[in-house]
Amino acid sequence: MIAETGLAALWLAAGLAALQFVLMVLALRTEVDVGRAIRSIAVVQGALTLLAFAMLLLVFSRSDMSVALVFANSHSAKPFIYKVAGAWGNHEGSMLLWVTILSAAGACLGLLSRRTGERTLVAALGAQAALALGFYAFLLIASNPFARLNPAPPDGQGLNPLLQDPGLAFHPPTLYLGYVGLSVAFSLAVGALLTGQVDARLARAMRPWVLGAWIFLTLGITAGSYWAYYELGWGGYWFWDPVENASLMPWLAATALLHSINVLAARGALKAWTMMLAVIAFSMSMVGTFLVRSGVLTSVHAFAIDPERGTFLLGLLAIYVGAAFTLFALRGASLKEGTPFELVSRESGLVINNLLLSVVLGIVFLGTLYPLFVEALSGEKLSVGAPYFNAVAGPLALVLAVLVGIGPLLAWRRERRPVLKRLTVPALLGVAALLMTIILAPGIGILPRLGLTVAAFLASASIVPLIGRNPLRAPIATWGMVVAHFGIAIALAGMAANAAFSSERLAVVKPGETLNVGPWLVQLQGVMPAAGKNWTAIEGELRATRGQGPLTLKPQTHYYSNPPTETNEAAIDTFWNGQLYTVIGKPDTSGGWQLRLWWKPFVTLIWLGGALIALGGALALLGRIWLRRRGHGAGWRKELYA
Amino acid sequence: MSRGLRLAPLALLLLLLAGLVWRLATPVDTTVHSKLEGQAVPAFDLPAALPGRPSLSSPDLATGQPHLVNVFASWCVPCITEVRVLQQLKARGAAIEGIAVRDRRDDLADFLARNGDPYDRIGSDAQSRVQIALGSSGVPESFVVDGKGIIRYQHVGPIEAADVPMILAKLEQAR
Repeated sequence: MIAETGLAALWLAAGLAALQFVLMVLALRTEVDVGRAIRSIAVVQGALTLLAFAMLLLVFSRSDMSVALVFANSHSAKPFIYKVAGAWGNHEGSMLLWVTILSAAGACLGLLSRRTGERTLVAALGAQAALALGFYAFLLIASNPFARLNPAPPDGQGLNPLLQDPGLAFHPPTLYLGYVGLSVAFSLAVGALLTGQVDARLARAMRPWVLGAWIFLTLGITAGSYWAYYELGWGGYWFWDPVENASLMPWLAATALLHSINVLAARGALKAWTMMLAVIAFSMSMVGTFLVRSGVLTSVHAFAIDPERGTFLLGLLAIYVGAAFTLFALRGASLKEGTPFELVSRESGLVINNLLLSVVLGIVFLGTLYPLFVEALSGEKLSVGAPYFNAVAGPLALVLAVLVGIGPLLAWRRERRPVLKRLTVPALLGVAALLMTIILAPGIGILPRLGLTVAAFLASASIVPLIGRNPLRAPIATWGMVVAHFGIAIALAGMAANAAFSSERLAVVKPGETLNVGPWLVQLQGVMPAAGKNWTAIEGELRATRGQGPLTLKPQTHYYSNPPTETNEAAIDTFWNGQLYTVIGKPDTSGGWQLRLWWKPFVTLIWLGGALIALGGALALLGRIWLRRRGHGAGWRKELYA
Repeated sequence: MSRGLRLAPLALLLLLLAGLVWRLATPVDTTVHSKLEGQAVPAFDLPAALPGRPSLSSPDLATGQPHLVNVFASWCVPCITEVRVLQQLKARGAAIEGIAVRDRRDDLADFLARNGDPYDRIGSDAQSRVQIALGSSGVPESFVVDGKGIIRYQHVGPIEAADVPMILAKLEQAR
């Protein structure tokens, strides 16, 4: 009954979405007032998908093997938390999660939105329903998560052991909240283009949604990066894999949108551009979902390679993005740009920010899809990897990071004050960092060296907006911006330090032998068998010393029986100044074991920076909502951008 | 905003969709094609693997007739099933030569006595030198070599019963 309840809820929700869309068309054609009706329908539709998703969680947590999806992706011997996480660790479940977030976001838009014009809101809710409708069709026609098996098998087929990790419980749902949260910006933009009400009011209504989605995207990417780092045992944090790029592209678009939306909200300028970005950001989410789900690009994340589903998703992508772009082409001309601004101003700073982010987005997009187009045109197979992305996007990212330090100091419309003077100390710190790397580490590459320089500059420059005023009286949103920009400096420092100073050892070692890596001496004490609930393992015991007392690290290789798979579980010890990362591999015939050791100075700063960026976003969101609730008048906005 | 600029996103989308549709319509060909196809067999001269049987060297392959060269070993489990399929090929007229990799004389004799012997000549490649020169990464692997000693086809993994018509066709083409 549980699975059937879920399926029925899905069908009902799909019906309501269709009704919602029809009402929107009606409202745009006639003068009928459907505002209240469409809001209520959106809320009920959201509640029904939440019910369907709860039913899926229930069948997974009860290990109901009569449901085909549970049988294929779960096993009764699995720890409970991974039984629940298994609900979205597969194609059907993750698409249901996608639809659930999509319509729950629509429900929140209907419930919470007070700022948007009524007609625009109705149009936006209709657009959101149209989006949901396509994905309901996809679920119900091509990937029903509630299909039954008769007779029910005795036990399931397990779950990819790589995914049996706390990272799985957070990474995909967080990323999806970000991906799908952007759908609200998309729908609002489409709604505004339909009604022609593209103004500062719309931007202020859209901003919290973009901020919220962006926070989750940032967290999701950061968590995914750390998960890959410790779980895959490769010791890297970013591989420029197509699927990673698929999450980076919406983030880049959303970051650009986050900044351009401020120009629209404060100055009424960049209307067409902001609407375009809002459409592109969610389109990138859909492109990302398509790339992951169709398997068209060769990737380590090959989840569900199924051309039929790929065709369906591609159809949805073509309809939604095509419709939004067509609407933009038709209505874009009627958008009147707001007040003009001078060359040196906050506005032009944000325009440059947007241009650079868009170029980086273009570079990532091109690099991800280039192999496909080359093969289509010439039949030649090639792959584009880190050398291209680092060489092309790296320098641009550094330029952008420098500008991040300058932009927030500029005033709206025109800047007359000597802004660069306020940056003397940060600039000196940057030069000092450059000189220090030249003296202390003459051998490192140019990009890591410049990265450390820019990080030192930006870390100090990002705090300048708080200097010369009472920091406690500064608006929370300004604090949010400062924290996020400081986070960029921290992450940049971590990436540069990791690129410049990591040391790696790979060797075959017999018990008792010692290896050195960075400042560490690591001795293999012995290798023991170990076991967990659904795995057996061999476990190496390592003693690491660096001046003071020895530490013990226990890297493992896990063997899972169902399905038969093995995974490397790295043992990582974290210090204030870096991580010691150890992996044990295969034995050789003479009693030696493959050991892989890394000393990664300050590598944790990468994820700390990512977390700070997200925290900054959260502060900004809090500031916006708090200010709104407190009912500040026009005065607060001036203060916000002072 | 000019009309061209407003239509640009739509044009880019169409380009992207065209590329993705093409990709979905032509699934990725993951077959690895051997770089040695079209090249001459590397020169080698292997001693006979069994006493009283002929040895195998590269000139033995350039006799004007196509040959199937099978890289195998008595210690290789898939080779047991494969050698039976090779006998079907031999019965249908294929000339089959063997390269026994890292093998022992008695084990090899046992293997052939138990599973059948389709080979005209068997060379003993004790140090895998010829195997490596042929670009073979494991056992079993097979090469279709034409009458001039040019490699026409490399088959990675065992030749299965279903592959027989394909191998015969390759041998016919190499004639």
